[in-house]
Amino acid sequence: MRNWVKSGSPWIWLTGGMVSISLVMVIGLIMLIAVRGLGHFWPSDVVEVDYTAPGRETVRLLGKVDASETITAEAMRDAGFEVPEGYSIITRHRLKLGNRDVTGNDFSWFARPLMGEFSYPEDALVLNRTEWGDFIGYLRAVKQDGEVVAEGEAAWDELFARVARAGDLRGEINRIERYDIGQVNLQIERLRLERRGLRMRGVSEDDPRYAELSAQRDALRGEYSVHESRRNELRQRIRRDSLVAELPDGSEKEIRVANVVRAFGPNRMGFTDKVAHYADRFNEFVTGFPREANTEGGIFPAIFGTVIMVMLMSVIVTPIGVLAAIYLREYAKQGPFVRIIRISVNNLAGVPSIVFGVFGLGFFVYFLGGSIDRLFYPEALPAPTFGSPGLFWASLTLALLTLPVVIVSTEEGLTRIPRSVREGSMALGATKAETLWRVVVPMTLPAMMTGLILAVARAAGEVAPLMLVGVVALAPNLPVDGVAPYLHLERAFMHLGFHIFDVGFQSPNVEAARPLVYATALVLVVIIVVLNLTAMMIRNRLRERYRGESD
Amino acid sequence: MHDTVTRERVTQPSALPNAENRKRLRSWRGFKDHFSRIFVGIGGVSVIIALGLIFVYLAYEAVPMMRPASVEVAASYDAPGNGEAGTLAVFLERHQQLAVRFADDGGVTFFRPESGEIVLDERLPIPEGVEITSFARAEPRTGLVALGLSDGTAILARHEYEDTWVGGRTVAKPSLSYPFEEEPFVVDDDGLALDRIGVQEGGGGVKMAVQTADGGLRLAEYAGRTNFMTGEVEYERTAVDLEAPPYDVRRLMLSIDMRDLLVGDEGGNIHYYDIGNINNVQLRDSASVIRDGGEVSTMDYLLGTVSLIVGGEDGSVSQWFLVRGDDNVRRLQKVREFEPHSGAVTSLNPEYARKGFFTGDENGNLGIRFSTSERTLYLNNVVEGAGIVYAMPAPRGNGGLLLDTDNRIHYLDIWNRHPEVSLRGLWGQIWYEGRSEPTYTWQSSSATDEFEPKFSLVPLTLGTIKAAFYAMLFATPLAIMGAIYSAYFMTRRMRSLVKPSIEIMEALPTVILGFLAGLWMAPFVENHLPAVFSILVLLPLSMLLVAYLWHLIPHRLRSGVPDGWEAAILIPVVLFVGYACIQMSPVMEVAFFSGDMRQWLTDQGYTYDQRNALVVGFAMGFAVIPTIFSIAEDAVFNVPKHLTQGSLALGATRWQTMTRVVLLTASPGIFSGVMIGMGRAIGETMIVVMATGNSPVVNMNIFEGMRTLSANIAVEMPEAAVGGSHFRILFLSALVLFVMTFFFNTIAEIVRQRLRKKYASL
Repeated sequence: MRNWVKSGSPWIWLTGGMVSISLVMVIGLIMLIAVRGLGHFWPSDVVEVDYTAPGRETVRLLGKVDASETITAEAMRDAGFEVPEGYSIITRHRLKLGNRDVTGNDFSWFARPLMGEFSYPEDALVLNRTEWGDFIGYLRAVKQDGEVVAEGEAAWDELFARVARAGDLRGEINRIERYDIGQVNLQIERLRLERRGLRMRGVSEDDPRYAELSAQRDALRGEYSVHESRRNELRQRIRRDSLVAELPDGSEKEIRVANVVRAFGPNRMGFTDKVAHYADRFNEFVTGFPREANTEGGIFPAIFGTVIMVMLMSVIVTPIGVLAAIYLREYAKQGPFVRIIRISVNNLAGVPSIVFGVFGLGFFVYFLGGSIDRLFYPEALPAPTFGSPGLFWASLTLALLTLPVVIVSTEEGLTRIPRSVREGSMALGATKAETLWRVVVPMTLPAMMTGLILAVARAAGEVAPLMLVGVVALAPNLPVDGVAPYLHLERAFMHLGFHIFDVGFQSPNVEAARPLVYATALVLVVIIVVLNLTAMMIRNRLRERYRGESD
Repeated sequence: MHDTVTRERVTQPSALPNAENRKRLRSWRGFKDHFSRIFVGIGGVSVIIALGLIFVYLAYEAVPMMRPASVEVAASYDAPGNGEAGTLAVFLERHQQLAVRFADDGGVTFFRPESGEIVLDERLPIPEGVEITSFARAEPRTGLVALGLSDGTAILARHEYEDTWVGGRTVAKPSLSYPFEEEPFVVDDDGLALDRIGVQEGGGGVKMAVQTADGGLRLAEYAGRTNFMTGEVEYERTAVDLEAPPYDVRRLMLSIDMRDLLVGDEGGNIHYYDIGNINNVQLRDSASVIRDGGEVSTMDYLLGTVSLIVGGEDGSVSQWFLVRGDDNVRRLQKVREFEPHSGAVTSLNPEYARKGFFTGDENGNLGIRFSTSERTLYLNNVVEGAGIVYAMPAPRGNGGLLLDTDNRIHYLDIWNRHPEVSLRGLWGQIWYEGRSEPTYTWQSSSATDEFEPKFSLVPLTLGTIKAAFYAMLFATPLAIMGAIYSAYFMTRRMRSLVKPSIEIMEALPTVILGFLAGLWMAPFVENHLPAVFSILVLLPLSMLLVAYLWHLIPHRLRSGVPDGWEAAILIPVVLFVGYACIQMSPVMEVAFFSGDMRQWLTDQGYTYDQRNALVVGFAMGFAVIPTIFSIAEDAVFNVPKHLTQGSLALGATRWQTMTRVVLLTASPGIFSGVMIGMGRAIGETMIVVMATGNSPVVNMNIFEGMRTLSANIAVEMPEAAVGGSHFRILFLSALVLFVMTFFFNTIAEIVRQRLRKKYASL
């Protein structure tokens, strides 16, 4: 034993253990996100169970088992929870009961000893609704204009068909509201600003341009009322159907099919049905728009916003980062001054991102943006155009934030180019610029790519500075649309990282939103892991390539 | 031969460019080379300048806070209106378009402050043969003034301004109104002159305190009651005589909650009467407020009528307020003293919207001060050859009016944007209004107008240190030991798997770590506290145990697994111990902590928040581990091989080589890794925002939360008014963060560069 300790082997094991802990943490974390995030869309079975709280009547519960844990009875009591006597350790389940509009709380913990047998009724119905979250009950009948058209088993197919119809109509209504009416409104607003601009420039009231603007506005208003009446007609049509469902407590409730996004009976679905359902839900999540204060629906605007922001940032950061790196490595006189600059650039990578956010808000948004507004958009003042947080400023801020990454990586690439290559080029009579742009830079391209990918990965995950310079929880419009100039740099946008923060911490119903947060986190993690692995691959290949040449 | 060749060249043009073209091409290439040099040079330099701009800009936003106030006399003129009459008071209107003068002949003159041009001349309804004997104003923002008359009555009047939008700008229209009753309020039934008066309105009524000509002190309350028949408000008087102080009264001050009456006298005392119940008024406390028995020359409440500023005959200026003692009785307490005047303080008026005030003295000096920050922003002679009678700030604090002893008015242009900030206010213990002792507090905003903003950076800095400390406590041993193992003991195959995993760990967005910490880990830790602590203890022990058991396995059996795979063997051990501890957690709670460890901690006197420093330590530690790991691993891995081989050849064990040779050589690199990790922990924002309750507490309790500088910026920046003091303080904290992390990183970078040089020379 003593020899064993003396050999130092236990300490080697201990250090090895630390690596194991780190690995377990990383892999465990990614697995946790993956399981929770992916599990959310699976239509798990609905449980029916009797629950008897001490001294109360037995109630029937219907819901999905959402979480389970084993804790001490004392802790549960301290948390104000009803616990049967005689237990010191109790398992409890959290059921997702849904029906927030009826009962007020859609998630509840129940102690296992107080619950009866679990059963899985065939006629259990789950509805994803446009408001009030999920509904969970038993399907009884389907009605059209108040008349029952199908009951019992027949009601299921009838319901699916009608939900599909309502879905189409709702899609049509959304399209009209979002695109047609939205665009008309935007154009009317633009006309208003134009008129105001004319007035500010002192153009007299009887100038023909005013009349022209009025005519355009009237035409747009006519267009607006056409769209509006069409929407109202669709709204009328979508209200036709309803369904009758029984609640777990035995009472019946009538629900408009118009409010149902998706209806399914998980207990009667086979495996293939469930997979199809899963794919459908996942598709909605990735391509759909959020509903109910971001706690339901999709995250498409957030993905889109993140991508657009990152692309803009890349366009800004690549040329200036590369230029700075080339200057530092190729043109600047190597000496203490350049060393100091290099250290500073390196250090900027370690400066907290929130500091960049503060700088972006003060300098870009308020100073630059405010100046742009005064110069180019005086007619919109005091409402800011560029003087408020938006896409362009966010991209610019993140470009500044990721600049050190690109500079450092490009510089590294430049150092790695063997001297012989440069000298060969010079010996053939090329100028310095030709050597640089024709020989050295193309060879450094992969290194630049690596830097850019790392920058993109960092930017995609950064939230703190964006909170100050342009991200919002819910943007009414995407930053790209069909109205000129198509790319709206001044608009605020949605972002995956901020979406996680907002839904997880600012949302009114955290429990309901939580699975969605996991799913969003999964999307973000996947994006970032893929980007990083790509960067790593490029880098490794680079190393291999130059290993031979530099010797 | 020679000729032929030449002829051929002429007849058959060569494919090569001729001399002129070559020259042109050469110069074009030279130009391109030159241009490229300049272009890259300009680009590179401007990028570097842009990065430097961050620091400059942050400082540029933060610096104006430390600027003192500046005062400029924009205009001086004789008091408008009846120049023969004495002036009681002057006030400015919000936009500084108008000012008003109350004269002791009952004249009320509205005039332009920049020229003295009269806009409106009114007269107070003073009965024939009666004189004004005293004057007081309620809180300045109410515009209410009280004039005590020689017949024992008082007039209450209000100067008001109505803003109208005319031709693209606001125009203020003045008026003088009588908000209660136009005929004078009878205060003293015997008709004695009111020598001193104090007034305050609130709660549907008015209170007045007076000293009558015979030296008696009297308090009168006029409660408004709406007559249901006529809809008119009628005022009912309740008046009581108070026990008068032994000296003549100088000032009578009523608080806006109508509960306190403070009386300053010529003996240098202040007396505090509890007037919450007018039928049971009690003298609660008397205090001598001027040194050596000097007179209280003037005193006034600050905004919100909590703090009292006392000006003495001797030029002293001090702040007092009522502090509840142990016996639950409120007593007068001196809070702070300001830079004194050279002569008697003759005028003292509070600002309208913040806790600042103006003081004027008999030698013509004006003082601009702020209570919370204890700053004297300005103290200088403004009026030459005359004393100041009345110094009144403008409602927005950007101007002021002075009245001097020659009955001249001086209109002041003032820059005083950030009086709230001082070094002491940011870093020292401050006695805030309503607190029983000086504290470090951060509380930047509140719903009420009378709120005193508390800008102490101490809780935030301490929170930053606390979060970073616990994160480093968790991350440093893990990362350094892991780095040592993976750089020196691990096989190459496993290392090629571990390094990318750690890099992925570094790339994970902190928002994800923060959300997991806040939503998953915090409740989990709360429910499994014993598991958390037992894992911390048992994991290393179990590793040693496994190592020992492994050692006992016959050599023949374990030779199948070569050295360098220990970490892989330990992974199942880690998983098992973790799982077992979590499973055993409730059992341990029942056995040792009477069933609920959280409650047990509370009983031991530790506050427990669900989102606390422990959770932050884990989550932020997770974020910091890869940073430290990569740099430390690099340092260890790059230790020249001949050093280690030499050591091994001399018979040292692998561990001895590690501790005696490798670690010593690589320690600067490891140090720089820790520094950079520290920098990251200090600046991390999202994890702290999400995994703590963001309460700015001043302690190091691991079971309580904290608010860090960075989280504070993220939370408050979007709401701070642009250009305000709060906004600039947030810039300052960003600057502090910037400088702190830059400092840590620079040290780390320099150490690393030295190390690199050392390795190269070895």
